[in-house]
Amino acid sequence: MGRKPNAKTVRGVKDWLEAPAAGIAERGGKLNLLRGAVARATTPLLPDDYLHLANPLWSARELRGRVVDVRKETADSATLVIKPGWGFDFRYEPGQYIGIGILVGGRWHWRSYSLTSPPDWNDPRYGKKVIAIAVKAMPEGFLSSHLVNGVSPGTVVRLAAPQGAFVLPSPPPPKVLFLTAGSGITPVMSMLRAMDRRDAVTDVVHIHSARTAEDVMFAAELDDLHSRRPGFVSHIHLTGANGKFATTALDELYPDWRERQTWACGPLGMLDEIEKHWHEAGLGSALHVERFEVERSATTEGGTVTFGKSGRSVTVDGATTLLEAGESAGVQLPFGCRMGICQTCVVTLSAGHARDLRNGTERFEGEKVQTCISAAAGDCTLEV
Amino acid sequence: MAITDIRAFAHLTAEDVETLGQELDTIRRSVEQSLGERDAKYIRRTITAQRGLELAARAVLFGSRNRWAWLSGTAMLSVAKIIENMELGHNISHGQWDWMNDPEIHSTNWEWDMTGPSAQWRRAHNYSHHTYTNVLGKDEDLGFGILRMTRDEAWRPIHLVQPVANIVLAALFEWGIALHDWTIEKQLSDTPRFQVLSEPNRLFGRKIARQVTKDFLIYPAVTGPAFMSTLKANATANLIRNLWAYAVIFCGHFPDGAEKFTEEQLEGETPGEWYLRQMLGSANFSAGPVMGFMSGNLSYQIEHHLFPDLPSNRYPEVAVGVRELCEKYDLPYTTGSLGKQYLLAFRTIHKLALPDRFLRRTADDAPETSSERKFAGITLHGGPENRPWSIDPATGKRRGLRSAMHEAKIVLRAKAEHEKEVLRGAERTLRAKARQEKDLLRRARHALRKSAASNPA
Ligand code: FES
Repeated sequence: MGRKPNAKTVRGVKDWLEAPAAGIAERGGKLNLLRGAVARATTPLLPDDYLHLANPLWSARELRGRVVDVRKETADSATLVIKPGWGFDFRYEPGQYIGIGILVGGRWHWRSYSLTSPPDWNDPRYGKKVIAIAVKAMPEGFLSSHLVNGVSPGTVVRLAAPQGAFVLPSPPPPKVLFLTAGSGITPVMSMLRAMDRRDAVTDVVHIHSARTAEDVMFAAELDDLHSRRPGFVSHIHLTGANGKFATTALDELYPDWRERQTWACGPLGMLDEIEKHWHEAGLGSALHVERFEVERSATTEGGTVTFGKSGRSVTVDGATTLLEAGESAGVQLPFGCRMGICQTCVVTLSAGHARDLRNGTERFEGEKVQTCISAAAGDCTLEV
Repeated sequence: MAITDIRAFAHLTAEDVETLGQELDTIRRSVEQSLGERDAKYIRRTITAQRGLELAARAVLFGSRNRWAWLSGTAMLSVAKIIENMELGHNISHGQWDWMNDPEIHSTNWEWDMTGPSAQWRRAHNYSHHTYTNVLGKDEDLGFGILRMTRDEAWRPIHLVQPVANIVLAALFEWGIALHDWTIEKQLSDTPRFQVLSEPNRLFGRKIARQVTKDFLIYPAVTGPAFMSTLKANATANLIRNLWAYAVIFCGHFPDGAEKFTEEQLEGETPGEWYLRQMLGSANFSAGPVMGFMSGNLSYQIEHHLFPDLPSNRYPEVAVGVRELCEKYDLPYTTGSLGKQYLLAFRTIHKLALPDRFLRRTADDAPETSSERKFAGITLHGGPENRPWSIDPATGKRRGLRSAMHEAKIVLRAKAEHEKEVLRGAERTLRAKARQEKDLLRRARHALRKSAASNPA
C-alpha cells in the first residue's frame, strides 16, 4: 500500500502544474512542467508567447521552422532545408509528408509536401538536426512557384507534424519497386536515403519518369547510389523522347515485378493506370500509392462536402453555404448570425477547397472557414 | 416606442436603402482586397509592443516600494492592459485578423486578459450584441441588464440606484462583462440553471481563478517584499483599464443620436436595413491616432458596427467613405468629443433613474431614443407633398433623416416657442386682470375707510 496513492498524488500535482500548457501537450516535451508553472504568471498567454518575440523558433505553441538553405534541384524545382523549432518530432517515417505554411502578402498559405530527408537527419553543414522538402513549381500554383523562386534562407515557416501512410516499413522488404514521375520522386527519395543510411538497401528497382534529363530531380544522387549500392537499380525513363512509361513493359524489363512490394507516386493518371494493372494481376495488397493533392486554382463550383467527425456527406452546388449543406445532411454545425459577422460558425477545412461567397476568396485545406458564408469549391471535408 | 420601421425613420425609399447597402458592400470589398503585408505588420507590431510594455511594467514593479517605480510601473501596466483589451483582445476575437490565417492571431484561439473567458464573450458580444444591435429585448448590451437606458423600458423602483450602479459598473467593468456573458452563454446553450458543474460554469470558474491568482497573488508574491505595493499596482491597472473600457463602450452606444429599435424591425430585415440599423444605433467620438489606438479604434464605433470583422487599423479610412454616404443619403453621423459623448450618456443614466412622470419627452422624441412617430403630425418645411423620401428641388440633394431631424427640431422649437408665447400672453392678461381687481379692491377699501371716518358710530 502507500505507493499507489502516492504515485497518484505525484501525477495529480504534475497534471495540475502542466494544465495551462495542456493545449500543446504533444509538442511540449519535458519542458511542459516548467511551462505550465510559469504560465500561472503569464496567463492567459504562455511563456512561449513572450519567448518567441526574441526568437520565432522558441515556441511550442505552434510548430515553426526556419529555412536554412534553398538548393536548386532542376530549373523548376528546389530543395528547402528547414531547421524546425521546439517540439518537432524527428522520428517520422520515410515517405511521410508535412504541412508547411508560408507568409506571402501578410497571409499564411498552407500546403503539404513530402519530406525528402531521412528521419533523424543530422547534416554537418547545418549544425543541428534539420529536415528537407523538395518543391516543384506548378504552372498554376502560385505557392509552389514562390517556394522555388521566392523563399530566402532565414524565412520562418509554420509546420504541421509529419503524417501519411505512404511509408517504408523497417526493415524494408527484400524486394522493392519504386515507380515515380515528376515530383512524385520526393517521398521515395526519403525512403532511399533512409535505406542508404541504415545500410539496408535490399533489392530495389526505381523507375522514374521525367520529360528530359534536365528535369530529373536528384539525378546525381540517384547515379551515385546506383554505382555505390549493388542492390539498387536506377531506371530513368525520359517521356519527351520515349513517351509515357507503359506498365506492360515491366514484364520484359523486370519480370520479377510481381514479387516486389511496390510504392508508386506521381500524376493521377499514371497512378490510376498502375492501380488497374496491379489489381488485374491480383496484386492489390503489394501496391502502395500516394496521391498528391493537386495545387490548382479552384474554379470548380460546388462539390461533395464531407463532415469528418460524423462521416456524413452531401453534394451541393456552388451557391449553397457549407452551413446549409451541413443542415441538409443532418449535421449540427455551430452558428450565430448566419451573415458572416459573428465568427461563431468557424470550422477547419481539413481537405479540399471552399470559397468565401462574399468576395470570392479561396480557402485551402488547413484554413478555418466561416461556414455561413462559404461554399464548396470542389470536394471538401470539414473537421466537424 | 423605439424605431419599428427603419426605412420610414430614415426617410429613404426601399431602393435607396438597397443601394446604400450595395455601396457599403463595395467599401467592404475594397478593404478586403487591399489587405496585405502592411496590415499584418501592424497587428504583429502591436502585439510585440504590448508584450514588451507589459514585461517592462512587471519588471519595474519589482521596485514598486519606491514611489516613482510604482507610478511608472502602474502607468505602463495600465497602458499595456488597455491595448491588450481593446486593440488586441476585442478586435482579434471579432475575427478581424482571421484573414491572415495565423492560428496564433485568430478569433477561435485568442484568450484575453480579462475576467471572463473569451469564448463566452464572443458568443454574447459577436453574436447577440452585433447581430441585434440596440434592439430592445434582443441586445443584452442595452444597459447590461442593470441600467435603464431608454424610456421604452418601464421604470422600476430599483432604477433609483442607477447613479450608484453606474459607478460600480464602471469600476468593475470586466466583472460586469464576465457575469453578463456567462449568463448569456448559459441561456444560449440551454444549460440548466442549477447544474453546478456545467461546462460554462467550469470554464468561467477556471478563468476567474487564473486571472485573480495572477494579479493578486502570484505577481505580488514574486516581487517579495513589495507584495502589497505590487498588489495595489495591479489592482490600479485593472481599475484604470475598466474605467477606460467602460467609457469607450458607453460613448459608442448611449449618447443621444444612437437609436434603439423594436423587434418588429427585425422581421424581414434586408441587408441594407441591417446596415442602416448599425449606422443609426452607434455613435463615434472624435479621436486622433493615439486615442483611436487606445480605444481599439472603437472611436469609430459606427464603422466597427458596419464591418465588425474588418481590421481596426482600416476604420479611419472606412470612415471617410461612410461619412460621404451619410452626406449623400442625408443621414446623421453621430459623433462628438469623448467628453461630450460621455456627458450625454451620463445625463441619460441619471435622467432615466427617475420615474416617467418626471420626464417631459416621450420615447418617441426623447433625446436618447426616437421613433418614426416623432415625425407624424408635424408638417415639415418642404410641405407634406415632399415628405418623406424626396429630392430637394432647389439643390437636387436627397432629403433624408438628417434634414427631417433638423426640420423637426425647428418645427418643434417653433411650436414650443409659439406655445410659450401664448402662455406668456395669457399670463400677461391674467396679471393685468389681477392688477385691475387689486386696484378696485383697494379703492373700495379706501372708500369704506373714508365713510367710516366721516360717520363715527
Ligand atoms: S454564423 Fe455568424 S459568422 Fe457565420
